[in-house]
Amino acid sequence: MALKTETFILNAGPQHPSTHGVFRMRLTLDGEVIQDVEPVFGYLHRGIEKLAEGLTYPQDIVFTDRLDYLASMTNNQAYVVAVEKLAGIQAPERAEYLRVIMAELMRISSHLMAVGFLLNDLGAFLTPLLYMYREREKILDLFDMVCGQRLTYNYMRIGGVSQDIPEEFIPALKKYIDSLPGFINEYEQLLATNEIVLIRTKNVGILTKESAINYSAAGPVLRGSGVKWDIRKADPYSVYERFKFEVPVGSVGDIYDRYRVRIEEMHQSIAIIRQAMEQLPQGEIQAKIPKVLRPPKGEAYGHIEGPKGELGFYLVSDGSTNPYRLHVRPPSLINLTALKELLVGVKIADAMAIFGSIDICVGEVDR
Amino acid sequence: MKLKSYGEGIAKGMLVTMKNAIRDPITTQYPEKRLNISRRSRGNQLVWNKTACISCSMCARACPVNCITMVTSRDENKKLQMDKMDVDTGVCISCGLCVEACPQKCLFMSRDYEKAVYSRKKLKLTKEDILMTDSSKPSGYYSPENETKLPKQTLLIDGKKWDK
Ligand code: SF4
Ligand code: SF4
Repeated sequence: MALKTETFILNAGPQHPSTHGVFRMRLTLDGEVIQDVEPVFGYLHRGIEKLAEGLTYPQDIVFTDRLDYLASMTNNQAYVVAVEKLAGIQAPERAEYLRVIMAELMRISSHLMAVGFLLNDLGAFLTPLLYMYREREKILDLFDMVCGQRLTYNYMRIGGVSQDIPEEFIPALKKYIDSLPGFINEYEQLLATNEIVLIRTKNVGILTKESAINYSAAGPVLRGSGVKWDIRKADPYSVYERFKFEVPVGSVGDIYDRYRVRIEEMHQSIAIIRQAMEQLPQGEIQAKIPKVLRPPKGEAYGHIEGPKGELGFYLVSDGSTNPYRLHVRPPSLINLTALKELLVGVKIADAMAIFGSIDICVGEVDR
Repeated sequence: MKLKSYGEGIAKGMLVTMKNAIRDPITTQYPEKRLNISRRSRGNQLVWNKTACISCSMCARACPVNCITMVTSRDENKKLQMDKMDVDTGVCISCGLCVEACPQKCLFMSRDYEKAVYSRKKLKLTKEDILMTDSSKPSGYYSPENETKLPKQTLLIDGKKWDK
């Protein structure tokens, strides 16, 4: 007698411990093998792009905090870079250096979360993640000291930053930066040679160089596939040309490579912060800008290298106080387009690990 | 894939876990023990210095979520006076833009963070609620004079330092 079989549809999410927020994957399964995947998102849609049209340019900074909530500082930075391009404003040197320090701290914090959650998805439930939370907490302490909030910083301003750093900031930052490599090593010892982690991450979820480029992936996903592309080097903004740092790349494009790229990038960020602390000039933190900012008619696209990839803001101005249109290029959403290629044909047990290695933030996917 | 060793990596990881298991905890037993919060903390209440205020409504206009409702009028000497200044803290996103916009520097963020109430109506604060008194705690956000007076923030990187 012939056995009758049929495919099975499984909803992973929107409430699932490994979906990094409210994201749903509709998986079509043939036994344990994924045949098709349909991502469903929009659960966290707040219409930030539309909201921005009703608010003035400085007020929109507040809403950029709420895009990628694990990397609010870099969202702030990307937005102000775009507005400064649109209005032709140059921030003072000290402000640029402060922005770099904050952005690199944010990158470390976001990568800590990314690798922590990856291991969470691999089944090491919460324990390695809490190590990461401990280190991230120290970064949040520093941000809290500077701008008074732990998540929604609202720190950068058009033409500068909101407040200068307090005097106890630099000593605390030094102390933290000196302790961080030790922690990363400890973490590596905890898991990098762990046989289970190696088996589950090496040669799993391979994204080839060509497809990574075709999907216009960015950030650690692209670099993990071996493409040396980093906006900080390719189109330097702020004061990044003044720092020496490497762009780490992977070779195979599997989960492990993406993990390694993130760990290496943390080391590079530490190097950048060290140099920025040394070179930090004295002086103004805010350029002179008109009280009511009315950028000239036109459009501008400002982009930076966010922790998750190229984060860009496209602004159209009609000469009024509010942007006529604001569009975000969210790295999470665009990296997510590679998900189907990565998932079709693999076992369901690897799906969450692959998904975790892309490192998305739903606040940014849905906006 | 081929592995170089079996179990060595897991043993190494265990060692790290053991080391961490015997160190002191880094968490705080809130609310019995409290850490000093940031001097620039942006809590979800405003503190308003009535005497310095010129009723210019700059703060209400700067707010991105329109949670400050302000009604002003002119008194017999043609001087602006504040009739109503409601702050809906249920809507406020603690962004601090109102504080930055104030030309008189008479509006402050508060350092209070325990602000739960039993009904939604109570979230709406009137000008009497936000009035600066001896018991209100203005934060150092955008106010260096306040900042220097406040105790230093407890940092995790410095290890444990309970204030009480
Ligand atoms: S902190 Fe922000 S949201 Fe709250 S009242 Fe002030 S401007 Fe409005
Ligand atoms: S901006 Fe300051 S001075 Fe003007 S109304 Fe508000 S609190 Fe008063």
